[in-house]
Amino acid sequence: MTKERVVVGMSGGVDSSVAALRLKEMGYEVIGVFMKNWDDSDENGVCTAAEDYEDVIKVCNQIGIPYFAVNFEKLYWDKVFTYFLEEYQAGRTPNPDVMCNKEIKFKAFLEHAFNVGADYVATGHYARLAKKNGRIELLRGVDKNKDQTYFLNQLSSKQLERVLFPLGELEKSEVRAIAANAGLATAHKKDSTGICFIGERDFKEFLSAYLPAQPGEMQTLDGEVKGQHDGLMYYTIGQRQGLGIGGAGEPWFVCGKNLEKNILYVCQGFDNEALYSDALEAVDVNFINPPSKRVFACTAKFRYRQPDREVTVEMLDDRTALVRFKNRERAVTPGQAVVFYDGEVCLGGGIIDKVYKDGKQLAYV
Amino acid sequence: MSAVYLDHAATSPLHPKVLEAMNNAERKFFGNPSSIHRFGREARRQLEEARAAIAESIGANESEIIFTSGGTEAANLAIIGTALRRKHEGRHIVTTAIEHHAVLNSCKFLKTLGFEVTYAPVQQNGVVLASDIVNALRDDTILVSVMFGNNEIGTLQPISEIGQALQETDALFHTDAVQAFGMMRFDVKKLHVDLLSVSAHKINGPKGTGFLFAKEGVNVSPLMHGGEQEKKRRAGTENVAGIVGMHTAIQLSQASLDERRAQYESFRKKMLAIFEQHDLSFVVNGGDADVLPHILNVSFPDAKADALLASLDLAGVAASSGSACTAGTLQPSHVLQAMFKDDEKRVESAIRFSFGLGNTMADIEKAAYETVQSVKRITGR
Repeated sequence: MTKERVVVGMSGGVDSSVAALRLKEMGYEVIGVFMKNWDDSDENGVCTAAEDYEDVIKVCNQIGIPYFAVNFEKLYWDKVFTYFLEEYQAGRTPNPDVMCNKEIKFKAFLEHAFNVGADYVATGHYARLAKKNGRIELLRGVDKNKDQTYFLNQLSSKQLERVLFPLGELEKSEVRAIAANAGLATAHKKDSTGICFIGERDFKEFLSAYLPAQPGEMQTLDGEVKGQHDGLMYYTIGQRQGLGIGGAGEPWFVCGKNLEKNILYVCQGFDNEALYSDALEAVDVNFINPPSKRVFACTAKFRYRQPDREVTVEMLDDRTALVRFKNRERAVTPGQAVVFYDGEVCLGGGIIDKVYKDGKQLAYV
Repeated sequence: MSAVYLDHAATSPLHPKVLEAMNNAERKFFGNPSSIHRFGREARRQLEEARAAIAESIGANESEIIFTSGGTEAANLAIIGTALRRKHEGRHIVTTAIEHHAVLNSCKFLKTLGFEVTYAPVQQNGVVLASDIVNALRDDTILVSVMFGNNEIGTLQPISEIGQALQETDALFHTDAVQAFGMMRFDVKKLHVDLLSVSAHKINGPKGTGFLFAKEGVNVSPLMHGGEQEKKRRAGTENVAGIVGMHTAIQLSQASLDERRAQYESFRKKMLAIFEQHDLSFVVNGGDADVLPHILNVSFPDAKADALLASLDLAGVAASSGSACTAGTLQPSHVLQAMFKDDEKRVESAIRFSFGLGNTMADIEKAAYETVQSVKRITGR
């Protein structure tokens, strides 16, 4: 009998390495595919993705599986990076990983994998899948600290039909241990942090290379000028670092933006009332499986790795939702994802567009 | 599952007789050819016998053959060696947009030293016009470098026509014959070339061996500095076993040339016939020109090469496309880009099959059949 073929998206990190190893041990025909999404090759054509690819080669040789690379630079630029820049330009704080999963990893990459004859596609995400009433449900990873369903909220059960998450049942520490036991080249490799295409570079410097920065005034909500900002795109709601406001008393925080007048609003004190909200409107709302009710209660995350909050979701139309919080919430940030959960099940999510308190929209963008 | 190797233009397997000759040479002729004792003389004899046979195969004299570590070194020596030698006579070089990187990047390097390079364009059929080369000439042109047969699409370039046209000029003429040698019979005198590069591993010889033909009186500055081997044109103890292997490979390839050409012609026809039978949408790149029969470059619109090549590999068929970047992804071929400019689809969906030693008609049928399957899956038909 021929084995079922699984294409594993390999990044050169420990998670996807172990995902490939586990699948191989489960008896699948495993093929490693490295995605190159970003071109930062220098004038000699040397690309830094080469180092990650070197690790993919080492690990695939160790596991004993063939490997390939696929280039999605153009698509990534059009679908993810352009979105990323547009959001910053609009004064928001986007999450490119959500878009990358939606447009690249679980769309273009899926298609590529099926083109090379894959029966399944696997990634090293910390998430689980379960079949219920003939539908695929997305469940949180067992490792609550590493759970990555937040980034997978834009997928559909259809996309997930032929997907495998071999790490969903594992703790990160177990993944490291498996890699170390198998002597994988990536066993002790540092986890990547931040936005993949920026890497270790300075965020401000990176962004300024693509978007013109317009410095302007930093004001309190009462209009008192507290200093100058370097450009609204460099700041996010609730941010403390880099404001440079001295003086006595509690530290200062970003609590709003006025794009038209190019003003950055700041307030004093971590718990300042201006940082709190009680509802949001989300756009591009997606459900892994369509909900049966227009209004329902569930829990939600407003940013990655935040504890769940109790909310009520009211669908305003197919793609727009009003989300009311049971308790007021600090620093809800437009551009980030709001992701809904029912216990272990990730229901879906959307992009935070507007933020409200007492029925009044806050000047967060 | 036995895999079918259709990437002979990248490199080719050693012919068993080559391996035998090298094995023998490695054991018997380990002496340094520069040594004056009997061991040295024995090794030297092997070297000179190879040199004579190689010279004869291209209509050259023995003294005109310089052994190198391969085609890349031969091309570097021809281009950089000529430029350095003639830098006081002129600083202009003419080449084409479709050369191998060994030539293109040698020229690129020379630009950093202040030389100027003109790249002649290529027509849509993959052939450079001799008139475009002539039109690019300047009073200070010291070298013209045009490949004999293109490594990606197989198109033959008008070498003797260009050679003839350059007779009246001061420019030296180099041709990169790495891909054509062993597939074409030619005589350097009739081609009117001054320099010609060849690699052994494309003709079932060993990797790490090649030669440069440099016409009597054409002097190149050495790139390797050390001993006085190769009449001071290439320092370093000669790779005797490799050269013996190349000698055998050349003998074998010259003897079987016509037979192999006919066989590869039939392979080409078969593959294309199978594509047609299965109603595949495809277009042959360079198909309207005279081509090296062992290279077949085909675009399958809507089937991107990266997916197709991976799919074929997993089905046991090894083919290729352009070159890969250090992160493993395919880079759009500069040859096809030069030919088709903005037709991205044609460039991105091009793959190369190249035939060689060991391929059978059954292999070709299998490869064509698997290609049909893969293309149909990818294009959703």
